Amino acid sequence: MSAPETPTRKPSLFKRPVPVIFERGTPGRIGYSLPASDVPEAPLDAVVPAAHRRAHPAALPEVSELDVVRHYTALSQRNFSIDEGFYPLGSCTMKYNPKINEDAARQAGFARIHPYAPEELVQGALELLWELEHAMAEITGMDRVTFQPAAGAHGELTALLMIGKYFEEKGERRGTVIVPDSAHGTNPASATFAGYKVVEVKSDRRGNIDLDALKAALTRDVAALMFTNPNTLGLFEEQILEVARAVHNVGAQLYLDGANFNAILGITRPGDQGFDVMHLNLHKTFTTPHGGGGPGAGAVGVRSHLAPFLPTPTVERDGGRFALDYDRPKTIGKMRAFYGNFGNLVRAYTYIRTMGASGLREASEMAVLNANYLLSRLRRDFDLPYDRVCKHEFVLSGRRQRDEYHVTTRDMAKRLLDYGFHSPTIYFPLIVEEAIMIEPTETESLQTLDGFVDAMLAIAREAETDPDLVRTAPHEARVTRLDEVTAARKPNLRWRPEA
Amino acid sequence: MKYIPATPAERERMLAAVGVGTVEDLFQDIPAEVRLKRPLDLPAPASDPDLLAHMRQLAARNVDCDRLACFLGAGAYDHFVPSTVPHLALRPEFLTAYTPYQAEIMQGELQAIYEYQSMMCELTGMDVANASMYDGASATGEAASMAADLTKRAEILISAAVHPEYRQVLRTYTSHLPITVRELPAVDGVTPVEAARAAITDATAALIIQSPNFFGSIEDGDALAEAAHAHGALLVVAVAEPISLGLLRPPGDYGADIVTGEGQPLGNALNFGGPYLGMIATREQFVRRIPGRLVGRTVDTEGRPGYVLTLQTREQHIRRAKATSNICTNESLNALIAAVYLSTLGRQGIQDVAELCARKAHYARERIAALPGYALAFDAPTFNEFVVRCPVPPAEINRKLLAHGILGGLPLGRFYPEYENGWLVCVTEQRTREEIDRLVDHLETVR
Repeated sequence: MSAPETPTRKPSLFKRPVPVIFERGTPGRIGYSLPASDVPEAPLDAVVPAAHRRAHPAALPEVSELDVVRHYTALSQRNFSIDEGFYPLGSCTMKYNPKINEDAARQAGFARIHPYAPEELVQGALELLWELEHAMAEITGMDRVTFQPAAGAHGELTALLMIGKYFEEKGERRGTVIVPDSAHGTNPASATFAGYKVVEVKSDRRGNIDLDALKAALTRDVAALMFTNPNTLGLFEEQILEVARAVHNVGAQLYLDGANFNAILGITRPGDQGFDVMHLNLHKTFTTPHGGGGPGAGAVGVRSHLAPFLPTPTVERDGGRFALDYDRPKTIGKMRAFYGNFGNLVRAYTYIRTMGASGLREASEMAVLNANYLLSRLRRDFDLPYDRVCKHEFVLSGRRQRDEYHVTTRDMAKRLLDYGFHSPTIYFPLIVEEAIMIEPTETESLQTLDGFVDAMLAIAREAETDPDLVRTAPHEARVTRLDEVTAARKPNLRWRPEA
Repeated sequence: MKYIPATPAERERMLAAVGVGTVEDLFQDIPAEVRLKRPLDLPAPASDPDLLAHMRQLAARNVDCDRLACFLGAGAYDHFVPSTVPHLALRPEFLTAYTPYQAEIMQGELQAIYEYQSMMCELTGMDVANASMYDGASATGEAASMAADLTKRAEILISAAVHPEYRQVLRTYTSHLPITVRELPAVDGVTPVEAARAAITDATAALIIQSPNFFGSIEDGDALAEAAHAHGALLVVAVAEPISLGLLRPPGDYGADIVTGEGQPLGNALNFGGPYLGMIATREQFVRRIPGRLVGRTVDTEGRPGYVLTLQTREQHIRRAKATSNICTNESLNALIAAVYLSTLGRQGIQDVAELCARKAHYARERIAALPGYALAFDAPTFNEFVVRCPVPPAEINRKLLAHGILGGLPLGRFYPEYENGWLVCVTEQRTREEIDRLVDHLETVR
């Protein structure tokens, strides 16, 4: 294998900042085209009384259409994306977002339908939702699925509110939610937002949840254990059946954070493992684009005992006709207006139809093989805190580089940008110091994986031989390291017109 | 499988490198009892041409707003989307990026969101706006918990003239929190100021109103702000139709402390209800309690301007159980769409589109009100929606209009049984005089 090319210096033009859009253009310049009013002229005061009208126009940009085009094109070039390169971001499943999904979702027949249009005008949309619910129920082993949550954390909150309602219905009040110390930050945050006290349980030396500690924490005040499986170390919880039994023994509910579902499609189903309720991130496993931070879609699946509490409406089929059902007396209510991030649901449906059962299983198999391959090639040069066969991702530690060369994980992550790769997830999970969490996904080729390994090994060498080069990285990005301390101390959160 | 590039030979090489014989060996840690012993029961994989044909068929079973004259709003608005929006905001460089955690290679996204935050502040008249929430309803739910936290008070008073689904979400969001929600009935299509004064006490964290409200009426923001502030309560204003802010006074102007809203009308497609764009903005002094991501401007080590996610100690990935919200993934792409939309429209265009909406709606309102049997339900000034009292059930009217290619307004009885014959009609800049006249002609025949 050839050594990676050492990054070369970019011309200074490359680093020239883009002025904010407000600074482009000039007073009076326009970039829009609207029809003239074709209704009889009425005095504006008769249309909207002056007392309700704004005194000063909003200071929006005054730019031409080409100004807008150049500006956002320039900004797009200052962005890293899956379409540009490898994104080994652990827990985020940055796999390829198929183009056909975009073509399907952008059709006017999906993108231009009104959420309150009469049901007979949206039968195709309702059919898609119904079919997608059944596919997701089959994939997860759950009985019903709601697509109302807009993202994973929103799904967590939805599930916890349903669990609350379930206990309320049984005449019980339970105030505690347990999360492992390896959990995503959204888990404890969602539990607090749902009104629960959070108890953290530690992990054991193999990277599983500590079963004794869990049992000690399980009282009859516990409403749920929020569990990620495979967990955030990329390891399958080997004692899942004991965990499920212990949780159910105190009458609590077992919740799956399905962020890591890409490891187990068609291989094992949470419903069969004993989970009562779960969320899926459709913007991870099911290829809906992440959009630079969203929109996502956080499907929530439930076993039948929790189905009465699903948010309204559900989609029901009556013969060949599909309908929205709001008549669900035990519902938790609504988590957002309308039905969910429908545009993303079209994309997820398209993906599932492309893959079929065999394709989904193959995706997980290759995601896991790719991860184990990377692990096998990186394990000698970085510390490996949990040495087991991994699932779709694994966690290394940069503590050797930190202790021996004073080069931190953050430094190495920034240096990776110079080699043309996005960095892995770093400093998470919190239980691994200097954590480097790597998730390759199934859509990357062996050449890409090898290129990434070469870059990682080159950086490990650089940490020894030229630590300063790594400490001051990135060198080849549009900007060097940014002053985050001042950004937080003296927040500048908006452009203001000069006085 | 075209999305999985590894060839059989490559798989063998990789397995050998890992030191196992088969892929199966990598799944031995999953207890045999829970392994799926059959293929998933899903439709067979579809080829691209077959799948596209299927997706076209499904889409064709819907009737979209390109094929109808849409007079339906009620929280989702049919506005013209300039071509710049899809061509720029949906560039794959934006579409397929993750959250900008590695700021140095994500300056484009970060700068665009910083600009979006600035535009939201300009529109709403507030000091700080965040990078986005899920939608208008959930943003309003989050504002309630923010207000309760800021005031250390437990009661939220919400006007019944706020979008019914926003109120439902608020109740769901607060159902397990030590927050009580009281509703203030609307009178004559607006939030009654006197009743608000009487209802707000020293225990009230916030009064939540919407303006223009669900009935389309513009609220008396000054008086309602005063009523809230007299008792140290906050005023939360939900803006479900932000195009209105091209013409109407921004909530910051009349004393709003938190502005939430639905950014869908700003260039986002109707999308059968999502993805949409939750907006939240507030005053400078509350910035450390705002939920979600914030982008700040700073400099790099060589003094160049640059952008980062900032004040992250509010957020779940740092603060975990003590975070201001659990939100992580938001609606960044929809915020970017709004930024491209607002840049394209610009300072003059947002005024023009707002005025066009108001003028066309005014024309439709006057013409319908003049029809025998029809009347305006309320007197309050409106922007681009208004309630008509109909001589026959509005659902019946809608059925007849549909036969003529017109998507009628929302039958209000669905949410307000007391207005059984109420019909919420919306007129955006997309509607022509010819379409409005056609609507009126048909109404004349259904009495």
